[in-house]
Amino acid sequence: MTKKIGDVILDVQNISLRFGGVKALTDISFNVKEHEVRAIIGPNGAGKSSMLNCINGVYTPQEGSISFRGQTFKHMNSRQVAEMGIARTFQNLALFKGMSVIDNIMTGRNLRIKSNLFLQALRIGPAQREEEEHREYVEQIIDFLEIQAFRKTPVGQLPYGLQKRVDLGRALAMEPKVLLLDEPMAGMNMEEKQDMSRFILDVNDEFGTTIVLIEHDMGVVMDISDRVVVLDYGKKIGDGTPEEVRSNEEVISAYLGTSH
Amino acid sequence: MAFFLEALLGGLMAGMLYSLVALGFVLIYKASGVFNFAQGAMVLFAALAMARFSEWIPQWLGLDNKFLGNLIAFVLAGACMFVLAWLIERLVLRHLVNQEGVTLLMATLGIAYFLDGLGQTIFGSAIYQIDVGMPKEPVFLLGSVFEGGILISLEDVYAAGIAALLVVVLSLFFQKTGTGRALRAVADDHQAAQSIGIPLNRIWVIVWFVAGITALVAGVIWGSKLGVQFSLTTVALRALPVIILGGLTSVPGAIIGGLIIGVGEKLSEIYLGPYVGGGIEIWFAYVLALVFLLFRPQGLFGEKIIDRV
Amino acid sequence: MFYRENGQFKTSYRADQQIFPIAQDRWAVLALIAFAFIGVPMLADEYMFRAILIPFLILALAALGVNILVGYCGQISLGSGAFMAVGAYMAYNTYIRIDGMPLIVALLAGGFFATLVGMFFGIPSLRVKGLYLAVATLAAQFFCDWAFSRISWFTNNSTSGSVSVSNLSVLGWRIDTPVEKYLFCLAFLVVFGLLAKNLVRSAIGREWMAIRDMDVAAAVIGIRPMYAKLSAFAVSSFIIGVAGGLWGFVHLGSWEPAAFSIDRSFQLLFMVIIGGMGSIMGSFFGAAFIVILPIFLNQFLPAAGAIFGVEISTALVSHVEFMVFGALIVWFLIVEPHGLAKLWSVAKQKLRLWPFPH
Repeated sequence: MTKKIGDVILDVQNISLRFGGVKALTDISFNVKEHEVRAIIGPNGAGKSSMLNCINGVYTPQEGSISFRGQTFKHMNSRQVAEMGIARTFQNLALFKGMSVIDNIMTGRNLRIKSNLFLQALRIGPAQREEEEHREYVEQIIDFLEIQAFRKTPVGQLPYGLQKRVDLGRALAMEPKVLLLDEPMAGMNMEEKQDMSRFILDVNDEFGTTIVLIEHDMGVVMDISDRVVVLDYGKKIGDGTPEEVRSNEEVISAYLGTSH
Repeated sequence: MAFFLEALLGGLMAGMLYSLVALGFVLIYKASGVFNFAQGAMVLFAALAMARFSEWIPQWLGLDNKFLGNLIAFVLAGACMFVLAWLIERLVLRHLVNQEGVTLLMATLGIAYFLDGLGQTIFGSAIYQIDVGMPKEPVFLLGSVFEGGILISLEDVYAAGIAALLVVVLSLFFQKTGTGRALRAVADDHQAAQSIGIPLNRIWVIVWFVAGITALVAGVIWGSKLGVQFSLTTVALRALPVIILGGLTSVPGAIIGGLIIGVGEKLSEIYLGPYVGGGIEIWFAYVLALVFLLFRPQGLFGEKIIDRV
Repeated sequence: MFYRENGQFKTSYRADQQIFPIAQDRWAVLALIAFAFIGVPMLADEYMFRAILIPFLILALAALGVNILVGYCGQISLGSGAFMAVGAYMAYNTYIRIDGMPLIVALLAGGFFATLVGMFFGIPSLRVKGLYLAVATLAAQFFCDWAFSRISWFTNNSTSGSVSVSNLSVLGWRIDTPVEKYLFCLAFLVVFGLLAKNLVRSAIGREWMAIRDMDVAAAVIGIRPMYAKLSAFAVSSFIIGVAGGLWGFVHLGSWEPAAFSIDRSFQLLFMVIIGGMGSIMGSFFGAAFIVILPIFLNQFLPAAGAIFGVEISTALVSHVEFMVFGALIVWFLIVEPHGLAKLWSVAKQKLRLWPFPH
């Protein structure tokens, strides 16, 4: 069954990002179409995470703009981004170590919880109902990611692979239109990677979520992505389908090095 | 005008004393990234040690010479600070490597309480005198320019001089010596420093010992001026705003911050005090620090704090 | 084998989310509350009420407030004494200056003013954390120390600098005897404990903990750091303020600013650290520990000294108290940062196996 890929939903235009004298990103432009799986690849230090951080509002680029569903922004505000429907996972797992799996994923539902402090203190009416409703949604995510047995465990005690799933779960709880995944398979073995790929593809398939994915494993990238952007030293050196990018001279030399 | 100058000078001198205490904070922070809430307790402990030793040594050794007695007492107190530094590293710091700053801060709070109790258990809790030969009579300067002259306490001038000397020595130590470099590496990143072979334990003992000596000098000067008593620990609390102003990582900042706070307290008490019922000194330094925290948390000379994701 | 959840199946999320999901826990807590309300008044003597139980209840309430800010939201605060003072003095002024003001309303008003002050001095938390925030809260402490000593409006222009209240009553029921005072404070503690527990297991509690654990990630999820931090300061200060009012009105009867000095702030912080940060139960454990320890040392040390023929003066006892506090803080931070509450839950885990060895 061929997937229906829509129009451009996220458009990155001429983004430049500097930290003091270090140029993290130079004049980066690319777009992401709705419902597709877009991979961002490149050697370490190429600026891939910085790019996601710009989209997310964690960093503010000095130049350029980002358009999301037709609206253009010079810089993104984290909360606005979350409200607009962009969620992300982190390379180094920004989980809330002190809380259980359920609570971590529940935080992803925060934007949808409307009852105020006083109602929550009394735990009546809307507050109680919301807790149950959102708990139900979170349980569905837990089923989907197959982590039922660990739902009450403090996240800090889980093995790395499971923590990555919780990170994904928390992002999914936000019911995002676009999901930014920062090296979701880092540090995983073959089996875990297969599981994670399956989850990502299922999310893309069932919910139509657009996926922007930073990944180092070429096999995975070639397998699951529709289009690929290649970064090197903060500049874009490739943009196209996996096959096009694989045979791109510049990309090959960036990864494998050329003989001078 | 003369009155203003007197107040100004008085403030500068008081500020210098704050700086002496603040110096100890900055040292430990600069060299280990730990904020040492126990610095005040260390000042008290050192001052108690000095006071009591200078009392006991002549009795134990049958000495007559005041100067010699004081000297031996000073050395002995210094040795106590070394043992203290060693114990703190062994029993506390070693087990809290790479914990968050807040945990270490609270641990030093615990050390502060412990030291308070220990010092008074060993050395007693009455008010003691330290007499190291500081001049006690005030001096009148510039009698020809201003009628009656400006009142200056020579003791304070000596204190300022000693503090300045200490700052110069410490700055040289940090910048020019190998140990100083190692200390700065440790402050930056414990684990990284360890991985290149810097012996964390020894570094920490050295740092806390140096801070202890600073505390001893501060204790002697304060104790000589005010007498050694429990309220010395509250002095340490006054030193916190000094480092906020000066910057947690800056030795000159501790001095300048101290001077600003000292002058600010004195002048605000004299000129603003009467309008609001007096006693402004209690909170002036802290509210000034609060303002800095809102607009320039790194202080005048500190390094900017950057958070990487 | 007795403490097990065998056979206790939950058929709804609501049941799973309740405060005490294990039936044995529920019974135990209900029994404890019943004992506290009915049994203790029959068994305890006046000394126990005055010296141990009433201070414990009020300080446990204050520790609860501090725990919300420091333990759940991760914002260090050394100004809790000041917030207690605001609660006490503003409750006093509300009570004295407005005719016919009911006692409970006055206490809550004190809490309300404490909330305002708390939120004001919590503003720096939006910019700084750790030590820097500690200094900001110390500004609150010292400023309030000064304000309540020098601004005579607060003390109703009292010449001695101290204020007092008497003839307390609620809806005609006098609060005079130790038992009445005890029950009054107990009621406050139970009600606030329940409200606090509800808050920390709801969305706002998760927001607080998210900010504590990783504030950058929290922002990315859509949590507003400003709202979370200021609400933590607000709720925390309210509870601490009410506790301050209770401390002045019910426990002390008459007080001066020194009752809420920086030593009080440190004491509350120690309760939270030793009892367990981020735990409602922990606040109670910590308060009990810190209230009982000095009394214990006061009895034990001279007795131990007598055995060895050493005279132990009261000054020495207080020095030893300092040493014990300091050592315990360090010990807990190294060995069990989650405090007595963690030790308790570990013990319960062991209890699940009892009486079997493994």
